[in-house]
Amino acid sequence: MKKLLILGAGTAGTMMLNKLYNALDKNEWQITIVDQHETHYYQPGFLFIPFGIYSRNDVIKPKRDFFPSGVNAIIAQIDKVEPENNRVLLNNNQVLSYDLLLIATGSRISPEETEGMKDKLWHKNIFDFYTIEGACALKNFFKHWEGGKLVLNITEMPIKCPVAPLEFVFLADSYFTGKGIRDKVDIHFVTPLPGAFTKPKASAILGDFLDKKNIKLTTDFSIGKVDNDAKKIISWDEQEVPFDVLVTIPTNKGDDYIKRSGMGDELNFIPTDKHSLRSEKYENIFVIGDTTNLPSSKAGSVAHFQSEILFENMLSFMEGREPKEKFDGHANCFIESGFGKGILIDFNYETEPLPGKFPLPGIGPFSLLEETKMNHYGKVMFRWMYWNFLVKGLELPIESNMSMAGKRV
Amino acid sequence: METVEQKSIILERDADSNLKNLSDWNKEVAVELAKEEDITELTERHWLVINFMRKEFKEKGDAPSIRRLTKESGVETKELYNLFPKGPAKKAAKIAGLPKPKGCI
Ligand SMILES: Cc1cc2nc3c(=O)[nH]c(=O)nc-3n(C[C@H](O)[C@H](O)[C@H](O)COP(=O)(O)OP(=O)(O)OC[C@H]3O[C@@H](n4cnc5c(N)ncnc54)[C@H](O)[C@@H]3O)c2cc1C
Repeated sequence: MKKLLILGAGTAGTMMLNKLYNALDKNEWQITIVDQHETHYYQPGFLFIPFGIYSRNDVIKPKRDFFPSGVNAIIAQIDKVEPENNRVLLNNNQVLSYDLLLIATGSRISPEETEGMKDKLWHKNIFDFYTIEGACALKNFFKHWEGGKLVLNITEMPIKCPVAPLEFVFLADSYFTGKGIRDKVDIHFVTPLPGAFTKPKASAILGDFLDKKNIKLTTDFSIGKVDNDAKKIISWDEQEVPFDVLVTIPTNKGDDYIKRSGMGDELNFIPTDKHSLRSEKYENIFVIGDTTNLPSSKAGSVAHFQSEILFENMLSFMEGREPKEKFDGHANCFIESGFGKGILIDFNYETEPLPGKFPLPGIGPFSLLEETKMNHYGKVMFRWMYWNFLVKGLELPIESNMSMAGKRV
Repeated sequence: METVEQKSIILERDADSNLKNLSDWNKEVAVELAKEEDITELTERHWLVINFMRKEFKEKGDAPSIRRLTKESGVETKELYNLFPKGPAKKAAKIAGLPKPKGCI
């Protein structure tokens, strides 16, 4: 009996578990999956919590609901991978050997990386919304806040869901308008990038949205430290931005066990072949989702597109053939833009986001790079699709590789 | 001296106004490119970073991020910003005759 071991039961790991479970001969392969938490978090929902749109219960479900019966699921922390010995050590002293390893342990925020970030104002005037704790703390803060300087700051790239910070300020605009205090709130978007977003065309269009919504944009700002007493963030080249409330996207990193295993780059992301999704170093290790070092977005939709390619490549490997399916970097992101509307972008490694219709050329129903009500429904629907299709590994009606049909060049 | 100045003007550039051909680069060209970025003098510390960038690019095919720069070159972030104000990774890549770092999304 051969052993397939999956590390991480988040979006990507759970998706792959379900796909592989249905395809593999149970007399030939034994599947084990490991995660540290019992709870599956719908992370895209964290964005909505500070504004009271979702609550904690809307974004959690037990992980076991998504594990097929007969799968060996272990709740424990991964301590170390020993790729040379084909085995993984867990914190509970268990040792798991494998013939084929799939790594899907995602990325997490690391506020400790910035001087003064996780200090006396942490979760008092400085919040993140990339964790459930941060999102809930911010909700409580906003409930009683009477206005002032709201600063959103991205520490450094890459971050997971690179559109989430923009969505956050769009929703803040909408939320404080609804509360009747928008005129008392200065919203300021402070980014290390040269524009509102990473890709030039989308960056210009999204920059215009910021303008239209009266959100101030500061670019090329690389935060060096937080001054907790003066309440300001200070860049490496001594620019200062004062805040009353700071919403930070801290440095994103892969988990520390990757460092202990000597398998990561300087941010603990694992060097991965960007087409085959196999580890660059080890033949019998594949990697998916946020924990790869791929130059694609770190997003659930991307993990989904990767999963279809990876599935074929892992089956090839198991049958002794070379993996030959190629991932193209496809990403598809609904950007919630406030007041019940949304924007949609679709792109890959080579093609930046372009205007047009999606997924049906000329018809849609979704509009690319435009603000529509339908795009907002797409985002709302995404949660339902996530729980009912995505993590269960079921097919979605979208091609895994990007299509140029419907796009205006 | 005039020949060097002329050289930097006529050398082919890409869309970011970085050198198009890696082979056009030499130390004199670097000095001229630095002037375009308002860096009037390239010190030993500048060269340490520039040489590191070129070495990384040769090995990996992309210029390193700031984080990689500080970790591997031994130059602290603060100093990097002093040496190459505003965007160390971007500016050092340009002066090193490399394309703008791809960065991530
Ligand atoms: C605020 C926010 C908004 C977002 N919005 C969107 C969106 O609109 N659309 C979209 O497509 N994506 C969105 N995303 C991104 C999406 O959630 C992630 O890209 C996706 O979850 C990545 O899947 P993954 O499996 O790689 O990682 P994860 O889903 O994070 O799973 C990683 C798993 O590994 C486990 N793990 C890690 N280390 C260890 C260890 N040492 N031991 C044991 N277990 C471990 C973790 O517990 C976790 O369960 C958003 C993310 C955030 C934070």
